[in-house]
Amino acid sequence: MKTHIFRTTLPVAFGYLPLGMAFGVLLQAQGWAWWWASLMGLVIYAGSGQFLAVGLLASGAGLLDAFLATFLLNLRHVFYGLTLLDRYRALGRLRQGYATFALTDETFSLLAGIGPHPQDDRRFVLGVTALNQAWWVLGCTLGAVLGQTWALPTKGLEFALTALFAVLLVEQLRRRWEPLPLAIAVGAAMVCLAFLPGKVFLLASISISCVGLLSLPDPEVAHPEVPR
Amino acid sequence: MRPTPEMLLFVAVLAVATILTRFLPFWLPAKWTDNRFVHLAKRSLPAVILLLLTIYSLKDVAYTVKPWGLPELVSLAVVMGLHLWKKNALLSIAAGTGLYMLWANGFLLL
Repeated sequence: MKTHIFRTTLPVAFGYLPLGMAFGVLLQAQGWAWWWASLMGLVIYAGSGQFLAVGLLASGAGLLDAFLATFLLNLRHVFYGLTLLDRYRALGRLRQGYATFALTDETFSLLAGIGPHPQDDRRFVLGVTALNQAWWVLGCTLGAVLGQTWALPTKGLEFALTALFAVLLVEQLRRRWEPLPLAIAVGAAMVCLAFLPGKVFLLASISISCVGLLSLPDPEVAHPEVPR
Repeated sequence: MRPTPEMLLFVAVLAVATILTRFLPFWLPAKWTDNRFVHLAKRSLPAVILLLLTIYSLKDVAYTVKPWGLPELVSLAVVMGLHLWKKNALLSIAAGTGLYMLWANGFLLL
């Protein structure tokens, strides 16, 4: 099980370490001690959210502005919780609390993309969630400690996250091929890329896709035969 | 730079804003989470969101100038093709990322 969890999070490590380090470098360049990067990775734990935070700090944003900007940027998480609702409730209060607190794009992708572990889903969910956060905090800390001095050949390593999303998409589609939701998502993505700023892409495209999904029939209701 | 207590408050505010977005669906009353929309979400949203995250992660690629996003698109095709063929997630991800890194570091030219 331990090896299985480790192997599952490995692609996330390839993405989180260089991205976390990039965040750490940016934060320490503003003069903050290294442990601020670790602290933010621990208690905020949101990739794009923390990069936004660096921008908010640099521009001297007020608390209310910072709150609203972060809340809106991260509002897409609502859809992740909604999808994993039953699976997380089966974890028990404390584990559910942590798993919910640490639900990122990548952790959601792994858990929803792979599906429940047949033997011990509680350990699987907790292990994947915690190890992913460990990779992220490690990345943030390393970046802040090493600063600009690190020059590892990591350019392009973040592509591992794109590859991870694509692999999980292929697996999801192999399990159940449903072209209609995909067509709706592609349409929503086109509209958002054409007309909206990149910052709101995920929230906007997921929301539009949800509206589109409502045109489909309820999958949990047995459909009577349509009389001909 | 902000003094330490103010920075702590700043970090706490960002943490609360993020935590709210993650806990909201679990606080909704049961009847709000048992309807056609939530059933559809549970069934179809994983694939939809995975597709949107893939597109999102490549949205800043400059498709209109040389090399027209080819490193990204070819690497992505390698990942998906290899995964359809071999069904080995780590292999697909490592091969596609390795290929992309060769391009990103100037070892391959288009």
